[in-house]
Amino acid sequence: MPKEPPLLEASSIGKQFPGVRALHNVNLSLFQGEILSLVGENGAGKSTMMKLLAGIHLPDDGAIKLNGDLVEITNVREAQKYGIALIHQELNLSDNLDIAANIFLGNEPHKNGVMDHNRIHRESAQFLKRVGLEFPTDTLVADLTIGHQQLVEISKALSVDARIIIMDEPTSSLSQKESEKLFEVIRGLKSQGISIIYISHRLGEVIDLSDRVSVLRDGENAGELVGDEITHDAMVKLMVGRDLSQFYNRTVTALGEKIFEVKGLRTPPYPDNEISFSVRSGEILGIAGLVGAGRTELLQTIFGITPAVGGSMKLNGKELMPKSSLEAIDSGIVLAPEDRKRHGLILEMNVRENTSLARLSRDQKVGIIDFNNEYELAEKTIKELKIKTPHSSQVVQYLSGGNQQKVVLGKWLSMNPSLLLLDEPTRGIDIGSKQEIYKLMEELAASGVAVIFVSSEMEEVLGMADRVLVMHEGAVTGDLSREQLNEEAVMQLATGNKAAA
Amino acid sequence: MNKNTIGILSLFVLIFGFTWYSNENFVNGYNMTNLVKWSSLYAIMGIGVAFVIITGGIDLSIGSVIGLVASLLALAIKYEWNPTLTVVLLLGLSIVIGLMHGLLITKVKLQPFVVTLCGLLFYRGISRWLTDNQTMQFPGTENLDSFFSGKLLIFGKFALSSPFFFLVVVAFIAAFFLNRTIWGRYLLALGNNEDGARYSGIQTDRLKIAAYVICSFLAGVSGLLFAYELDSVQPAQTGEFYELYAIAAAVLGGCSLRGGQGAIFGVIIAAAVIRLLRNSINLVGISTHLEFSIIGLVILGGVTADELIKRIVAKRRSKQISTSKS
Repeated sequence: MPKEPPLLEASSIGKQFPGVRALHNVNLSLFQGEILSLVGENGAGKSTMMKLLAGIHLPDDGAIKLNGDLVEITNVREAQKYGIALIHQELNLSDNLDIAANIFLGNEPHKNGVMDHNRIHRESAQFLKRVGLEFPTDTLVADLTIGHQQLVEISKALSVDARIIIMDEPTSSLSQKESEKLFEVIRGLKSQGISIIYISHRLGEVIDLSDRVSVLRDGENAGELVGDEITHDAMVKLMVGRDLSQFYNRTVTALGEKIFEVKGLRTPPYPDNEISFSVRSGEILGIAGLVGAGRTELLQTIFGITPAVGGSMKLNGKELMPKSSLEAIDSGIVLAPEDRKRHGLILEMNVRENTSLARLSRDQKVGIIDFNNEYELAEKTIKELKIKTPHSSQVVQYLSGGNQQKVVLGKWLSMNPSLLLLDEPTRGIDIGSKQEIYKLMEELAASGVAVIFVSSEMEEVLGMADRVLVMHEGAVTGDLSREQLNEEAVMQLATGNKAAA
Repeated sequence: MNKNTIGILSLFVLIFGFTWYSNENFVNGYNMTNLVKWSSLYAIMGIGVAFVIITGGIDLSIGSVIGLVASLLALAIKYEWNPTLTVVLLLGLSIVIGLMHGLLITKVKLQPFVVTLCGLLFYRGISRWLTDNQTMQFPGTENLDSFFSGKLLIFGKFALSSPFFFLVVVAFIAAFFLNRTIWGRYLLALGNNEDGARYSGIQTDRLKIAAYVICSFLAGVSGLLFAYELDSVQPAQTGEFYELYAIAAAVLGGCSLRGGQGAIFGVIIAAAVIRLLRNSINLVGISTHLEFSIIGLVILGGVTADELIKRIVAKRRSKQISTSKS
């Protein structure tokens, strides 16, 4: 490690959001030309920390020093001025503009408002060369793959002379090849003296890439690993605060009969791929894959939100093919969606109204709401799922992520489903709630409910699933039993390497 | 009663008191009778559009539907149709109009603004064409006349007229529907978050269509009430701009154009405030040319105050929660 003072030093950083303490007393330092990885479970505060550095949020407490000088980063433009660029997981490029226009967006060289096109294209070409992207600068961004778009984002960071580039889960939707290309570029940047903060859930690539690893847990520093200390087990232990075997202590129950079966199902975004699988009573089926592999779309099709274009499904021996979520719910299928705030909850309504929303149509008499019944249902749900809320009239947007997710689950459990679909069930929630949700999944499976969950968190897939389907570009590329399960096998299948399995 | 309704009620009392203080002739039987009557007419339209606004939509065609219904009524009377049958058919027509709006918005996925703007133009044109754009008088149709514009003397010169009783019935049913039935709850849920409602198994399209049907139906009812009240119809003018009064009443009464919020009682009081303002501008001695400007300013002030209060409450609440946690 270089002896010189750190390039960036954040100390005692604290940040509150309504209902959540996102960060508390977090310290982070970064040296010049260093690749620092930031790891932690969903909801550990990694993204929040990065948004503070990039000027998207302001910290409530603490100080940030750049080259030893105290700075206050109040907006994105200021962050740029200090040489900090954040590349989001969902890229921020304009599809309808070409590469050069995207690189210079907001910083166009101009004379009295008239853009200097020649200079934009000339300089863009130089940046593309530095990241090894061989495309004409007037190529539309819409025509590039996600991997190439990522490189355009990096070029954009270079164009504003960034000395610190933060990458938030850059490989979450990249193929193996694209990922390797990206790592090459990252190492190249390092050799040019640029510092990288790298966020990833893939511990394998973290080990390959990092000089140093900082671990966050529930919004606090959990520890730091340097050089040879960076091992898979060491990181996971810091991430969950205990040995992995204690965290996911899944008691495997005897499997019953097949209760849900899918045959040749074709979803609207991937009409050419036929998907077939089945779930047995008491079984928890995990679905792994890259972002954009069609996992969410599969769940939405089973739930009737985007009705299937072909194939058949059978639940408890009965054929069904829901054309709307109402049909799916009526036949016993429920979905806790990935985007909790947009799809799972009515944020401005209270806990009681959210828990009863699906149930109302069954408890009504000539359309009139039975308020006593509704109140009792809410109280029961709050108690059974241990939802932390002052009262059932609390508006759900003021609850923490974990408690919001419990409200979603409470709404569905009151319907006594036969098939529970969970899309990224633990995204953005604290470790305590996470374990409660795992326990709930187990209990439900043991009681005969078929549970299918989609997760991008490898440890979760490996720890919770009895069996794992791996998807790649809309197709199922593998079906792994608990004995065959390991990170390597899942990654190979998820990135489209069939041979390895 | 929620905070918004208390606020709007205070505004009403304030303007009422000020007008009375400036002109003691303000409170007399005749003027009060009119105030209640016209407020009721505005409120019925306001309640209708409130349902649409709760879904996050808008209906600009209300005034033209009123004009169309009134014109057709006048024609039917002229050609000596059975008056009762005519009334039933006209209410049926307004339901069909709402249904068309709803279908175009949910199935063809057109924007509510565009659909109802075209409605505004279309129905007005039809009214003028059918009547040859002639002003038409209403020869009395005895029973219906007293049903739609009758008066019940209370004391002195103060009387409650038919629109008031219509409003009481409409308001009671609307409030019950919105607050006590599952459909009212679904409507609020879909107004807040349409996707969220759909993911909970709510048939959002049907509910939205129902909201437009309710709105047009109440516009049709208002059309009949206005026609009998005015005893004459000018196809080019009857009902003109009324959609804007209705929307203003709904917004001032606590409906957010973003959807998901609404209180029937608030809308009624807000309709009364708007009517009261028109009345008091006259009586206080402000130039009547300023009428629209003053109504506009009061509504703007009202919704701004509401927004600011909401922001303060939200801030305080999130602060309370975070301090109670750490």
